[in-house]
Amino acid sequence: MSQNIKKFYEKYGLFFILFLISSFFGVLNNNFFSLYNIQNIFKQSSINGLLAFGMTFVILIGCIDLSVGSILALVGYFVGIMLVTIKLPIALVLPLGLFLGVFLGSLNGVLVAKTKLQPFIATLVTMTIYRGITLIVSNGLPVRNINNVSTFMKYINRGEIVNLPISMVIYLGVFVVLWFLLGKTVFGKHLYATGGNEEAARLSTVPTNKIKIIAYSVSGFLSALAAILYVARYNSIYPNAGQGAELDAIAAVVIGGTSMSGGKGKILGTLIGALIIGILNNGLNLLGVSSFYQEVIKGVVILFAVIADRKKLGL
Amino acid sequence: MLCEKNVKINHKMYTNRSKKYFREGEKKLEVRMQSIHKSFGDVKILKGVELDIENGEVHALMGENGAGKSTMIKVLTGVYTKDSGEIFIDGKQVEINSIKDSEKYRIAYVHQELNVIRQLSICDNIFLGKELKTKNGLLDTKKMNEICKEKLTQLGIGYLSPETLVGDLSIGYQQMVEIAKALLIDAKLVILDEPTAALTNKEIENLFEIINRLKSEGVSFLYVSHRMNEIFRMCDRVTILRDGQYIGVERIDSITEEKLVEMMTGKSIDNLYIKDEIPVGKIVLEVKNISKKNEFEDISFFVKEGEVLGFAGLMGSGRSEIMHGIFGSTRLESGKVFIEGVEKKINSPIEAKKCGIAFVTEDRKEEGLILDFDIKENFAIPSLKKFLKGVIVQENHISSTIDSYIKSLKIRTSGREQKIKNLSGGNQQKVVFAKWLETNPKILILDEPTRGVDVGAKKEIYEVINELKKQGVAIILVSSELAEVIGVADRVAVIHNQKLVKIYEGKNITQEEVLKTAFLEGVE
Repeated sequence: MSQNIKKFYEKYGLFFILFLISSFFGVLNNNFFSLYNIQNIFKQSSINGLLAFGMTFVILIGCIDLSVGSILALVGYFVGIMLVTIKLPIALVLPLGLFLGVFLGSLNGVLVAKTKLQPFIATLVTMTIYRGITLIVSNGLPVRNINNVSTFMKYINRGEIVNLPISMVIYLGVFVVLWFLLGKTVFGKHLYATGGNEEAARLSTVPTNKIKIIAYSVSGFLSALAAILYVARYNSIYPNAGQGAELDAIAAVVIGGTSMSGGKGKILGTLIGALIIGILNNGLNLLGVSSFYQEVIKGVVILFAVIADRKKLGL
Repeated sequence: MLCEKNVKINHKMYTNRSKKYFREGEKKLEVRMQSIHKSFGDVKILKGVELDIENGEVHALMGENGAGKSTMIKVLTGVYTKDSGEIFIDGKQVEINSIKDSEKYRIAYVHQELNVIRQLSICDNIFLGKELKTKNGLLDTKKMNEICKEKLTQLGIGYLSPETLVGDLSIGYQQMVEIAKALLIDAKLVILDEPTAALTNKEIENLFEIINRLKSEGVSFLYVSHRMNEIFRMCDRVTILRDGQYIGVERIDSITEEKLVEMMTGKSIDNLYIKDEIPVGKIVLEVKNISKKNEFEDISFFVKEGEVLGFAGLMGSGRSEIMHGIFGSTRLESGKVFIEGVEKKINSPIEAKKCGIAFVTEDRKEEGLILDFDIKENFAIPSLKKFLKGVIVQENHISSTIDSYIKSLKIRTSGREQKIKNLSGGNQQKVVFAKWLETNPKILILDEPTRGVDVGAKKEIYEVINELKKQGVAIILVSSELAEVIGVADRVAVIHNQKLVKIYEGKNITQEEVLKTAFLEGVE
């Protein structure tokens, strides 16, 4: 490969894969590129995308967060119960829900930073506990018709700003903020440094423990935000909501080219990674592929996307 | 887990000593290396070195850090391939191109940082890659345990079970396991690299007993160490290297310590070091009676503006630990730290930076730099806040700043976006300097600043130190290279066994004096 093509591929390879997959579905199905369907893809991938954004922060510091799906369910229940059963005003419930997410995330961060538990173990534990609390609180029963008590929740699901669905606006808005945080601020630089070599970063006056706690808090916050979109979209919440969501989120991060060992990666990569997964789900549905086969196809495509991405690093 | 693709050796080899090279029962091995040259890129590491090991002797290899000792060992054990020169074993010229080759000639290498797998048993460790199998292709555990037991008995530690996990053993015993590995290939020459660095006194005695026992059986040793008393006690002859050159070989009983040090350090070294005498200012850093259990005890000293305070002492004597304690990267258990006369509690590197302390750490790859990041990214980490406009980091400003450091510190690089891991040791170290200088330190702690740095870059680093001194920075220089400490520092503190034994002052500090204090127990 000549140097220029290689460079181009390094920079835009992921876009190329995205383009390939969407043209494939576009050719096979006329509806794929319709406005309605594109809106749909964004709506569908925004929930996984938000989780994946948070996961990116955590993976960038060389850690992992398995509890995102459990946080989603717990915050979802909190929002549902507060709105439907206790009938608190939405202006209070949503901030409280987001705060709950930050709190649950920061617990992960404290466990990882202070007790030095391995991140995998620490968040496996909280994943189980958060899910358990959800089961206790819900008594195993769903909360339904949440949007009936709040027009704002309905608006989050149905509303549009110039053809752009609200969830898409929130999703892309969050993306811009995170992109700024990672690329332009001291916090972002410190985050990368912590993931690159924690001991060197610490000795270079990076507050590594604080950075870890913040990264997990961001993940918790975004899981809570995803929970709000989830509740609005499905108009209900079930005890097993978001089960396995952490794996889809990790897949999006990995497709996006972020290194699992930390220190290397971009939030734009994750955005595209989440889109690729969203498009696969959507496109395969449009083609009427059985959901059993879909899983296999998804796995294979992720495999190839990751291999193609590694190639550019010469690994 | 047990790797298949490694050497498969018929297990007869362990019981009969009758393979390709040696006749039955033979224990002889004479190794001779002649005019060995080895370069890495433009850097000549070995410039025609010689080594000549006789049967059943303990031969010391001495030289300062960077003299070429490890490179020489790596050439002998096939880790590196020599550029030119000859190796003779028992008079026959041989080529050693891999570790397998060196094992064929019965040469074993016991690394300084032990190469054992803590999660495996003693037996699994010594048979790693050489596992014995039964006819059915299963592991012949019984046979391996038997042989393992035999080797342990030979080492006088037959009371250990071959099934003991290596991780449960003390460092001393882990080293025995390494030596047992050497016995397994029926080694005639065992290379010991700083074997006592991590051992307690009792463990050292055990090791010496084993060396003597194996020596009486005809095994030779190549013994690399900085510890004079061990060299004089255990070794028969010593080969001295300096800056990749062969200086000479001497019988231990006909040489003095002073002479040995002189041969190691050389006289011409004087002009390498730069030390301008300037009037010193007020005390910037003073520590009083600081202690940390098992690391250092009751340390007190001060450093003034425009002064370099050297710290000499053996590796592991507690020098680096003291610096980490002052810098707040570990906690002091008692004692006080004063910055410009005011007592400060420094509990983290962040607080240390606020007090104007900068710390160039000993291990730049683990503690100093992020190897996957580029020069610019590494450079900016401690001083990011200086480059802020609002909340936005000004990349351009960082770029122009690092560019000027690249020029002033003579960092040889293709540009600020070059990855750290692709720089030479000296240039990496200069990036660490740049990184800390940008924080405008009042106190600069340098821990082994020239380790693994070539002579040219060394000199440039000394120039930087001298320049900073003239600007009034108080500098602490920790180094294992005595010549460096004496050549650069205005005063020299000697650490021995976690205690500050003495601070030498004045123009006439001699290496011999300091050496005695640092290397030999006690001072009059």
